[in-house]
Amino acid sequence: MNSDITRLSAAELAHALDSREVSSVEVVQAHLDRIATVDADVHAYLHVDGEGALAAAQAVDQRRASGEDLHVLAGVPIAVKDVMVTKGLPTTCGSKILKGWIPPYDATVVSRLKAAGMPILGKTNMDEFAMGSSTEHSAYGPTHNPWDLTRIPGGSGGGSSAVVAAYEAPWAIGTDTGGSIRQPASVTGTVGVKPTYGGVSRYGLVALASSLDQAGPCTRTVLDAALLHSVIGGYDPMDSTSINAPVPSVVEAARNADVKGLKVGVIKELGGEGYQAGVRARFDESVALLQEAGAEIVEVSCPSFDYALAAYYLILPSEASSNLAKFDAMRYGLRVLPEGIDDPSAEQVMAATRDAGFGDEVKRRIILGTYALSSGYYDAYYGQAQKVRRLIAGDFDRAFGQVDVLVSPTAPTTAFKLGDKLDDPMSMYLQDVATIPANLAGVPGMSLPSGLAEEDGLPTGIQILAPATKDERLYNVGAALEKMLVDKWGGSLLAKAPELTAKGA
Amino acid sequence: MTTAATAEEIVDYDEALERYDPVMGLEVHVELNTATKMFCGCATGFGADPNTQVCPVCLGLPGALPVVNEKAVESAIRIGLALNCEIAEWCRFARKNYFYPDMPKNFQTSQYDEPIAFEGHLDVELSDGTTYRVAIERAHMEEDTGKSLHVGGATGRIHGADHSLVDYNRAGIPLIEIVTKPLTGAGERAPQVAKAYVGALRELLRALGVSDVKMEQGSLRCDANLSLRPKAAGDENQDDVPLGTRTETKNVNSLRSVERAIRYEITRHAAVLDKGEKIRQETRHWHEDTGVTTSGREKSDADDYRYFPEPDLVPVAPTRETVEHLRGTLPEAPGLRRKRLQSDWGYSDLEMRDVMNAGAVDLIEETVAAGATPAGARKWWTGELARRANVEVKSVEDFGVTPAHIAELDGLVRDGRLNDSMARQVLEGVIAGEGTPLEVADARGLELVQDDGALEAAVDKVIDANPDVAQKVRDGKVQAAGALIGQVMKEMKGQADAGKAREIILAKLT
Repeated sequence: MNSDITRLSAAELAHALDSREVSSVEVVQAHLDRIATVDADVHAYLHVDGEGALAAAQAVDQRRASGEDLHVLAGVPIAVKDVMVTKGLPTTCGSKILKGWIPPYDATVVSRLKAAGMPILGKTNMDEFAMGSSTEHSAYGPTHNPWDLTRIPGGSGGGSSAVVAAYEAPWAIGTDTGGSIRQPASVTGTVGVKPTYGGVSRYGLVALASSLDQAGPCTRTVLDAALLHSVIGGYDPMDSTSINAPVPSVVEAARNADVKGLKVGVIKELGGEGYQAGVRARFDESVALLQEAGAEIVEVSCPSFDYALAAYYLILPSEASSNLAKFDAMRYGLRVLPEGIDDPSAEQVMAATRDAGFGDEVKRRIILGTYALSSGYYDAYYGQAQKVRRLIAGDFDRAFGQVDVLVSPTAPTTAFKLGDKLDDPMSMYLQDVATIPANLAGVPGMSLPSGLAEEDGLPTGIQILAPATKDERLYNVGAALEKMLVDKWGGSLLAKAPELTAKGA
Repeated sequence: MTTAATAEEIVDYDEALERYDPVMGLEVHVELNTATKMFCGCATGFGADPNTQVCPVCLGLPGALPVVNEKAVESAIRIGLALNCEIAEWCRFARKNYFYPDMPKNFQTSQYDEPIAFEGHLDVELSDGTTYRVAIERAHMEEDTGKSLHVGGATGRIHGADHSLVDYNRAGIPLIEIVTKPLTGAGERAPQVAKAYVGALRELLRALGVSDVKMEQGSLRCDANLSLRPKAAGDENQDDVPLGTRTETKNVNSLRSVERAIRYEITRHAAVLDKGEKIRQETRHWHEDTGVTTSGREKSDADDYRYFPEPDLVPVAPTRETVEHLRGTLPEAPGLRRKRLQSDWGYSDLEMRDVMNAGAVDLIEETVAAGATPAGARKWWTGELARRANVEVKSVEDFGVTPAHIAELDGLVRDGRLNDSMARQVLEGVIAGEGTPLEVADARGLELVQDDGALEAAVDKVIDANPDVAQKVRDGKVQAAGALIGQVMKEMKGQADAGKAREIILAKLT
């Protein structure tokens, strides 16, 4: 029974719980068993809270037994990226500098999960402070791709996608600043959604780049993503950038998917040179399926996208250099005393702690951002990047004037080998070339498995983009395409992944 | 370790002014009296136990986000309007990045190139009857930092301290920073202009009701910038002479200090410049006790705070309707109101100044409205109550005495029921919480004896008992009657009208 439980989608689990075929404690225990079996190899969790998850599950089971009206997802467990603060549970953001910190409060997303009665299995691995596309920048060691343990699971949210792909959780919360939900989804054969900026509260999301960060669902199906989106989405007075409007009708869109007559734009600038052949082939096939289903396909040009990566790597480090200033050893987290100084000043302790506590990629971006914001350089760097940002938003506006959604491959390649790009930051940064424009413009995006590349047998992803606040369009197109692809494959893509076994077995 | 300040050379003030033209820039930080902080719901009360008015937001915990306090924005707009400023149609907050332990996020959320209010002025009256127009550059919103307490050093400053404690209760308290343009043309009146400006600003903010404006508690803080430039020679226009290097004096915590600190810096700058040396651009610390400034941190224009728009907040865009509505809530300009009330009440300039210094204008206005005479109202609020407030380091409002009480007390004196010393006793009772003046007078049995017979009998008795004194009065030494009056009052147990006693004594002896 246990292994069957972990193969169910969240929607199926919710149904089984509601009809009392299974208890929440059983569901949680099944996942804890699975974690115990495979996570030594995958290393997708930084912290597993078995006790807390079982207690929450037991509480839900009791409430259900007493006939209480429960949320439809009550009792379905979840994993949360370690960048979301969780009251009483360690939150490290993949960094040594926060080692041992136990937050005194819950992120709004976490409060909403708890309010819905969803037990939290644990916190997932990530690149330090969400900087990276492989989880190799985690201070606690990389996560391994469940499809091939010698490969990266994507990043920064590789842990959240890997727990979902390895059946260590039915679903997970990720965050996406430049593709950190979508690129991991693409390389692990899972679904990932970055909602419209402001659609999900950022309160309690430890900021990387405030104007780009957005939390969203990591799941195995489009319907699951919609269900989770509707739980975590919606206005939060604690986040000034939160949109004060109802959550788009994403669940209805996923359930009633129909692309007949829909205009789908293929972005000319994303998908040519630099994209792996198998990635391109699967993308073209998906587009052809949409056309067969009655969608109208047009090519759309977004010329400013060519500058997106450059603008992103000025805006993100600038904001990050300021956001990460608070990690100074004064109030929480790591404190390192400088060597060879008898009576160090506060500034010397700050410097020693930040030197010891931050990894190379974090330091690289803090230095970049500090430079870009410096007087005399501000206009040339941060200022210019903001102009590019407006041009990209303009490209999206024009494109969405012609079409309902835009599509492109999610990532240019399938999962690469661990260590392959670690010494080549530029090559790593290019992983996000197709996902970054959506963050710069604040529009929503989804990555959906599109198949396996024939050259390496690894998952590929298609990205769907919609205008801001029109998130339901992602779910409409995603669910329609998912159905056609699953029919074609004769089952989910993940069913083709090699079976993981206990370490050493 | 820094020890006591070594005295720096200064020149005579008048001499300094013969050679140099002072230019000032005043930066005033005002803590708003909103119930909650600038970006979170924490309480703002002064004097709470350290770190009890804090939350994830004002502690800058990872993940926490700011939300703008609308009331603080309203106060900022009202201050801007009262200072005759333009109000921005759209403005943003910015991050001012620098590391300091009392700043939880290591950036201060402030405003940079888009202040909420800009381009205004405040006219201030000087004691010689002239008016100086202080040009306001901007008024912007920001958050206060925490408060560091440096323990174990001689000076209470970080240098030489054994360890430091930080109280974050103050972190995130809404502040408005009001910055003047360079103030030129004040000449030898510069120190007086500075004091008058801060005083007028304090009065204005108090009238607006937006701040406690208590300099001693830090809810109004002034940084005074000063530079000297040579006096224009010949037909040269003084405005064409380039500005000198400035110093910024901090820790100026009273109106008197503002004046003294500017005056001191003028004499110190002049001494440095006289020797052909350069002024070091730095912050200076004012020492109230010794009346000098000492060197602080070197400050250069190259200080780079890496300002950029705060991405966690949305722009502030007050509608014109909102601005006009807030304009409608502005009180009468304090200067005009003061003139109107002084004329209504018939106070001399000196009397009016006493009233201002006691902070009793509103109280007297209410007391007069409640039926007291202006003279009676002034007598109590700026006399007995101001004296007590001074002794007990309180405000006159803090005694639980209301304008209605004073009006009633004034009425009892005017009606002849109480004399002055009885009225004081009644006031004691009111302060002690024994009730209204009438209730206290009844309860304590305080009432002037109206029976002239009793008074005459007492006078006779006293004259008989003091033949020597009585003889002096008979001989024309009228002031000797005072001793007899005292005896009579004693005889009457204080319950007599002293004026009447005097009349009777003099009638009998002269």
